[in-house]
Amino acid sequence: MPKIIVEVMPKADLLDPQGKAVANSLNRTGHSEITAVRIGKRIELHYDNTPTEQQLEEAKQIAANFLSNGVIEDVVAVSVEA
Amino acid sequence: MKIGVVTFPGTLDDRDAQRAVRLAGATPVPLWHADTNLHEVDAVVLPGGFSYGDYLRCGAIAAQAPVMQTIIEKANQGLPVLGICNGFQVLVESHLLPGGLIRNENQHFICRDQILEVENNTTAWTNQFKLGEHITIPLKNGEGGYIADAETLKRLEGENLITFRYVDVNPNGSMNNIAGLRNAKGNVVGLMPHPEHAVEAGFGPDMPEAMRSGVDGLKFFTSVIHSLVNA
Repeated sequence: MPKIIVEVMPKADLLDPQGKAVANSLNRTGHSEITAVRIGKRIELHYDNTPTEQQLEEAKQIAANFLSNGVIEDVVAVSVEA
Repeated sequence: MKIGVVTFPGTLDDRDAQRAVRLAGATPVPLWHADTNLHEVDAVVLPGGFSYGDYLRCGAIAAQAPVMQTIIEKANQGLPVLGICNGFQVLVESHLLPGGLIRNENQHFICRDQILEVENNTTAWTNQFKLGEHITIPLKNGEGGYIADAETLKRLEGENLITFRYVDVNPNGSMNNIAGLRNAKGNVVGLMPHPEHAVEAGFGPDMPEAMRSGVDGLKFFTSVIHSLVNA
């Protein structure tokens, strides 16, 4: 199925409690070489046909205005996956 | 005097907010998330809960609901709107108030009777308080940490838009101890703690005088009635 993939991450300078909890757990289980974990979201938008350039532009708008909140998150990628 | 109380799927405190409106002397009007018509209400309360299961981000889907499009338009024209807890999250996601709310610093859901300082008593929802007054109302949230960029924080402080600050403890890591905000006009106020749970003796927070006697929340609702009568 053709898709547009939107990836959203918490802002780099914000505390990411989920990532911190996972990092602590990894360190406890012997993976001390992992210095930090950050957890974001992958959102798939599905289409019947391969998305057009215009649909990709629309998806970028949706990603910026609805799928993420610029105060706390960054959209790191919006890409077509055929 | 009619005050609308919005129910989104997943809202919890709509009945309590309606009851608070009634105890303050106004008539509560239930508003549904799919309404585009506000049924001629004089003010709106966005109550607490977990609208749309907190999916995507707290308040994000509610901010897109049909009823919110009308509320945003009317709020920008001066309609008094109070957002409580999830309602505050809806207000920031609707860009009626700046900044954002993130998971509590200690990652715990917090439920406690919270002391707040009233930092601004010129709004539609706080005019019955004294400036600097300490009030006690319940706080119950998992994502109540207020954040904003440095420029926004400076503007909030400079323009006196911070309406309530936490006293004694900062329960959720909010920047500058921010518990609640207003917009420039003062018709829109949002806060994390719950005034609607402190409106009737016997059912409110514990106070030094007596258990469960706290009614400090009632003044939010009498304030809006006062502002509408004198409008």
